[in-house]
Amino acid sequence: MKTDSQESMLNANMARRSFLRYAGVGVASVGLLATAASCHKDHKITPNPPAGTIDLGASGDLAILNYAYALEQLEAAFYLQVTATPYSGITSAETSMLTDIRDHEVLHREFFKAALGAGAISSLTPDFSSINFSSRASVLAAAAAFEDTGVTAYDGAGYLITTPAYLTIAGKIVSVEARHAALIRDLITPGSFAGPDVVDTTNSLNASASIAQVLKIANTYLKTKVTAVNYGYASV
Amino acid sequence: MNLFNIIEEIENVDPEVYGRISERRDVIKNITSFGSKVALAAMPFAVGAIFKKAYAQSSSTPSVVAILNYALTLEYLESTFYNAGAAKGTALIPAAAATNYFNQVTRDENNHVTFLKAVITSLGATPVSAPQFDLTAGNNQGNGPFKDVLTNYQTFLAVAQVFEDTGVRAYKGQAENILANKAAAEGVKAGLYQTVLTAALSIHAVEARHASAIRSIRGQNPWITSTATVGNDTGISLVNANYDGEQNVTQGGVDVTTLKSFAGSTTSVSIATAAFDEPLSMTQVLAILQGSFIVK
Repeated sequence: MKTDSQESMLNANMARRSFLRYAGVGVASVGLLATAASCHKDHKITPNPPAGTIDLGASGDLAILNYAYALEQLEAAFYLQVTATPYSGITSAETSMLTDIRDHEVLHREFFKAALGAGAISSLTPDFSSINFSSRASVLAAAAAFEDTGVTAYDGAGYLITTPAYLTIAGKIVSVEARHAALIRDLITPGSFAGPDVVDTTNSLNASASIAQVLKIANTYLKTKVTAVNYGYASV
Repeated sequence: MNLFNIIEEIENVDPEVYGRISERRDVIKNITSFGSKVALAAMPFAVGAIFKKAYAQSSSTPSVVAILNYALTLEYLESTFYNAGAAKGTALIPAAAATNYFNQVTRDENNHVTFLKAVITSLGATPVSAPQFDLTAGNNQGNGPFKDVLTNYQTFLAVAQVFEDTGVRAYKGQAENILANKAAAEGVKAGLYQTVLTAALSIHAVEARHASAIRSIRGQNPWITSTATVGNDTGISLVNANYDGEQNVTQGGVDVTTLKSFAGSTTSVSIATAAFDEPLSMTQVLAILQGSFIVK
């Protein structure tokens, strides 16, 4: 079975993350010092995280909730655009489903915003230039990518949450994202709701992804890039 | 099962293992000097009891193994159900539906059974065996409220939907319990907490994909859309208990209907309930299933 290799892989990730955490702290200190020094000298060292990005901040529940907030902002913005400029040939059933999903994602966004309060990251600016909103295929492919990525993100970050109630809330949201994902996938190809690209065929587990893997994908749709220095994702 | 290897494995990651089971330390260390075949034969049970004691949580929180065995029981029910349906062939399930939906779901549930048994075994514990099921929900009478479940496709679909939605809710209900076992799990094996929680969340997501798809097949919303008073949107009042609590609109202490929506300054109950799936506790799930689908 896979468990052993999965565990050793996860352990390697843990070790690397710990290392990066320390490395990140080190570089940040150097960066601060360099900034101070640059008042006098013309040395420029790239700050970490890069200028103009939003970092999830110190590790802990606040960072994980902001991570979820960032993804929900992206999804909400996407479906707002989809429903504002429906693709050609959209059916009434599709309009109804996509409108429902839009409303779910807007509520998820508003929920995290309210829950995080003053600790929330700022509003992100999406970049959907790679999506052709008049094309059904383009819109549904992007929707499937957002939903599948959302599921892998929640599944992969769940273990980082330390407050029991937050873990349950994340669980309440991830299954709704999985319901969305299954619907969108079936709209593209009937019977693909749990296809082998998202659910492995040996153990039938949904894929899960690290914060670094997810943000790399999310940032391709964001003008405001999000980094997670403390989770091993400092560059965009 | 090689008991000595298990102890060594645990010692590798938890040098304190002998300390945790201090009162039995001499028994473990002198295990080979027992000399009695009877005592050796009884060891698997003794070791199980020792582990249970050494890594036990407060009685209100089930252990990781107990949670995994509970999940396994639910997967046995689902796999038994789908395998029984598949055995009926096109007499029950239209060929197109089998290809587009049931073959995939049946394979997933059977895989979950195999996976959970392997995980439980790898932890040195014993997977529970499958209980006796009555798919008509008749507690072994075979004449329960869903008595035509294997002859009437619509009943089969309805029961499938309830099983999948309940499966999602049952897994969700265990996330906090797995978190409560974090220290104990890490004590058994480094990284075990992450592995078990991530696996549970991953199965949970797969059940949600199934639930979404079967709801679409039945012409329902892929998500559970409740009213202010009733969580159950299936139209089958018999399964109200399976959806009990889905009508909740308070998340993290916030009434989410007071949050702004696309259309205005508040959110409708239907959107608020559909956007969040609610958990079911182990007690709730067992109360629903025992004496109906699970023969008591």
